Amino acid sequence: MAEKLTGAEIVVRCIAEENVDFVFGYPGGAVLNIYDEIFKQDKFKHVLVRHEQAAVHAADAYSRSSTKIGVALVTSGPGLTNAVTGIATAYMDSIPMVIISGQVPTHAIGQDAFQECDTVGITRPCVKHNFLVKDVKDLAVTMKKAFYIATTGRPGPVLVDIPKDVTQHTCAFEYPKSITMRSYNPTIKGHSGQIKKAVELLLNAKRPMIYSGGGVVLNDAAPQLTKLVRMLGAPCTNTLMGLGGFPASDPQFVGMLGMHGTYEANMAMQECDVLFAVGARFDDRVIGNPGHFFREGRKIIHIDIDPSSISKRVKVDVPIVGYVKDVLEEMIGMIEQGEKRPDVASLKAWWTTVKDWQSKKCLAFKPAAADGKIKPQAVVQALWNATGGDAIITSDVGQHQMWAAQYYPFDKPRKWINSGGLGTMGVGIPYAMGAQLANPDATVACITGEGSVQMCIQELSTCKQYHIPMKIINLNNRSLGMVRQWQEFFYGNRYAESYMDALPDFVKLAEAYGHVGMKIEKAGDVEAALREAIKLKDRLVFMDFITDETENVFPMIPGGKGLSEMILAEEL
Amino acid sequence: MRHILSVLLENEAGALSRVVGLFSARGYNIDSLSVATTEDTTMSRMTIVTHGSDDVIEQITKQLNKLIEVVKVVDLTDGNHIERELMLVKVRAAGKDRDEMKRMADIFRGRILDVTDKSYTIELTGDSHKLDAFIAAIEPGVILETVRTGASGIGRGERILKI
Ligand SMILES: Cc1cc2nc3c(=O)[nH]c(=O)nc-3n(C[C@H](O)[C@H](O)[C@H](O)COP(=O)(O)OP(=O)(O)OC[C@H]3O[C@@H](n4cnc5c(N)ncnc54)[C@H](O)[C@@H]3O)c2cc1C
Ligand SMILES: Cc1ncc(C[n+]2csc(CCOP(=O)(O)OP(=O)(O)O)c2C)c(N)n1
Ligand SMILES: [Mg+2]
Repeated sequence: MAEKLTGAEIVVRCIAEENVDFVFGYPGGAVLNIYDEIFKQDKFKHVLVRHEQAAVHAADAYSRSSTKIGVALVTSGPGLTNAVTGIATAYMDSIPMVIISGQVPTHAIGQDAFQECDTVGITRPCVKHNFLVKDVKDLAVTMKKAFYIATTGRPGPVLVDIPKDVTQHTCAFEYPKSITMRSYNPTIKGHSGQIKKAVELLLNAKRPMIYSGGGVVLNDAAPQLTKLVRMLGAPCTNTLMGLGGFPASDPQFVGMLGMHGTYEANMAMQECDVLFAVGARFDDRVIGNPGHFFREGRKIIHIDIDPSSISKRVKVDVPIVGYVKDVLEEMIGMIEQGEKRPDVASLKAWWTTVKDWQSKKCLAFKPAAADGKIKPQAVVQALWNATGGDAIITSDVGQHQMWAAQYYPFDKPRKWINSGGLGTMGVGIPYAMGAQLANPDATVACITGEGSVQMCIQELSTCKQYHIPMKIINLNNRSLGMVRQWQEFFYGNRYAESYMDALPDFVKLAEAYGHVGMKIEKAGDVEAALREAIKLKDRLVFMDFITDETENVFPMIPGGKGLSEMILAEEL
Repeated sequence: MRHILSVLLENEAGALSRVVGLFSARGYNIDSLSVATTEDTTMSRMTIVTHGSDDVIEQITKQLNKLIEVVKVVDLTDGNHIERELMLVKVRAAGKDRDEMKRMADIFRGRILDVTDKSYTIELTGDSHKLDAFIAAIEPGVILETVRTGASGIGRGERILKI
């Protein structure tokens, strides 16, 4: 006979069964029974955040920066609504995670009860799936399904809403070892015929180009991708979400592509004859206007686990639905077993063209402004030097995010943690919390702006409580820089509400939370300050870099334009 | 182009709202939707009539398949199929209209379900075009009320949608 447990005990046991180390959460009435059980156990640790949004972001980063899964726990009503931004952020970037929310007792549902909200309804459009558990007998199976759905197929957040009375009721507990669902069977093995076609196209290409994205990182397929790219000898670009999926220091890497991608990556996307998209979704920030992106005769191969990602914005010639890791492995095997090799002469000519584009040096910038003001790009480069390029970098959203992506080259996956799809300001600090807890020995730095950092600044208190020694690199340009840049380019220099007035003294603020604060105002002091901060291994250091507020992100593709219509720094 | 999609899905609370939410969130059209449980009561079958370009219909099908509770999706308009919709129409049936309405109901093989000295309630089944044609054929002024179920569809012959 299986033992009888309360719903609350069951929740805690299920979390433990899934080998979860940390639950990020915030208590409230509807989840008090669950918290009482958390108090009594020692299988996992609970991290008390200061705002539910941060709980979800931290759990999300825990997933992004490791191969484990993040779990967040929030109470009903306001607890859940505070969590929604975090859930939508994870959803847009296909991050596996489980969110558990408390709900009013089943008999009170629909009565406008205290702290009631329609959680399943509110979150439906921003979760992979959600459940309302009305009977304690369904609880264990539902928890198992939640973890299963979150981590298989195209990953994503799954929410389980649990009414308070369900956490009190008892039933026999048995955690299912595995689960099958007749309505959920993602196609995971790519079609061999299609894979063969893809290999033939690539081996016969004169100007092949490889464009890889978040799918490679999510599927831990970087080794396979790297091997195949080297076999093919083609240039390779990564999306913002795919950075680290192919080593940035490899000579075949041509940088990030897209709105703020490199000249060479964007030109190669346009001019190639065979484009190989690997776990990337032809996002509008990547290819711009699909009409401009279209090229007669260019063949497109696309691997994705989600059929709806394929031919959504761009027509594809060879679609392959499956896990990228397995498909890439099959491709490598086919090439190894076959006779055919890439056409060296054509590749040589193609690389001559690519190198010509590279010689534009589109990321070049003046290291210090004439007045000695700090250039934000230089701070990021100095951080790379000071950390040996091996830190985990989180970022917020804005210009600083793009500079982090452009000037901190990543050689490994899961080192770059940012919000790409939703572009959520405020993720930086909670992302660094989740990443640091998942990787206790790593150096974790959060590259942020004075706008974004204030959106979850309360988490400095959480960092103090749990001794999270992140380094916060605040690229303080006294403006909502990314907004200011658009206003400069497209709104006739009318800077509507993009100037950040009345900024706090960040050094004092950091100190008030019990951390170390530093303010750096001279270009010459940047690298030394960073080295000093990194030496403070067990302290959180908030570094406020006063940067040149006129600096803009280049290259840039204006909205609605095509990939070859970039604005470069020197053109202004 | 008009398409009729048949969707087999788990008969679970909230499954319907996921389908409807998907259409509104992604800006797809629903011309009609009908749903009820099947002979296996754990499963529901839904018929959605929609329209859009081939690309849009392809995305709708893929997005429906992505819903965790959806078991199968078939575009009935891809092959031979039967489509039926039920309509109840209450019409004014007094004076000279009374005989005329009876005649129209007969022509369209409708049945008069309810009679008062001033009105008839007519039941009509057929594909949606036939029901449209009936509405067009009678004088708009005599229509008191109409209610339609939306189309249900099924493949012909060996085309079977089952798990
Ligand atoms: C201010 C700002 C500026 C930006 N500028 C740029 C820019 O210049 N360049 C840029 O690239 N992005 C930019 N972005 C990010 C952009 O909005 C998108 O988030 C990003 O481009 C999407 O990356 P992706 O195509 O790799 O897809 P992701 O969102 O990472 O999606 C991954 C894809 O892989 C698939 N997948 C997942 N798992 C697997 C698996 N196991 N096997 C196969 N397939 C799988 C998924 O189904 C999905 O289609 C910017 C964002 C912001 C906020
Ligand atoms: C929650 C949220 N609100 C608004 C925006 C729109 N937005 C994008 S970038 C940006 C400015 C960010 O300013 P800051 O953090 O100082 O970064 P900077 O661009 O100056 O480096 C804004 C307001 C957003 N992405 N997220
Ligand atoms: Mg700023």
